[in-house]
Amino acid sequence: MIVLVNLLAGLVFGFGLLLSGMANPAKVLNFLDIAGHWDPSLAFVMGGAVIITAIGYRLIFRRPKPLLDESFHLPTARQIDGKLVLGAALFGIGWGLVGLCPGPALVSIALASPAIFIFVPAMLIGVALASWLKRA
Amino acid sequence: MPIETEFTPIASALGGALIGCSAVILMLMGGRIAGISGMLSRMLLPGRDSKPVQALAFVVGLIVAPFVWTAVSGSAISQTVTDNLPLAAIAGLLVGFGAVYGGGCTSGHGVCGLSRVSPRSIVATTVFMAVAFAVVFIVRHVIGAGQ
Repeated sequence: MIVLVNLLAGLVFGFGLLLSGMANPAKVLNFLDIAGHWDPSLAFVMGGAVIITAIGYRLIFRRPKPLLDESFHLPTARQIDGKLVLGAALFGIGWGLVGLCPGPALVSIALASPAIFIFVPAMLIGVALASWLKRA
Repeated sequence: MPIETEFTPIASALGGALIGCSAVILMLMGGRIAGISGMLSRMLLPGRDSKPVQALAFVVGLIVAPFVWTAVSGSAISQTVTDNLPLAAIAGLLVGFGAVYGGGCTSGHGVCGLSRVSPRSIVATTVFMAVAFAVVFIVRHVIGAGQ
């Protein structure tokens, strides 16, 4: 059941990325380019997403536990450390270079541009490397 | 030359709302954050409590979304992606590594973290946004490249 819920949530997330235009790296890069042909759309995506999520979370956290699990699995880290800042900065460089972050990259596989078949495997290597480093 | 894109406030806000709905469904049902880099990490190097099959199911949903979208709407999806393959390799590595090392990406920190008013997510989102703005400025207006 929970696996089906995840599949459905992934589909809805993907539709959101497609409808919002965020599956198009050109739109993301134009948001990041205030000095060029600025396209503010990304701010509206974030706005729409954060409003719904913030309200939804507030209501959900009144419950003692989620519907299909025994407890919430929220991030426990609290401190703002070098890892957080370095990781975010490296992510920002990669994102700014081509306009793809993990969600839109996965959605873009179906659109079959040559670069996506390089980007996604490289991204998975990066994920595996960082996961391993953090666990070591 | 970079191509122009049309400002789409309504479609983008509605698309964002759908992303929010996905995050809400995931939290209500399974009690988990809708962070894509986190799911990839849970899938690739599963640890205790990482539930890799759930993460994989979400990722499959993302991957098949365009096929369902095209089948239902009948309209093709257009996008412009770089044709610079070495750049795609470098960017992919940085995005994957940086997201997991920094504990999240645009979805985990940007959407879910900001919604929880997490100080870590506010710092991470500010850093990656600022760096990405700087990178695009340098690539397009200092070096004068990029699409």
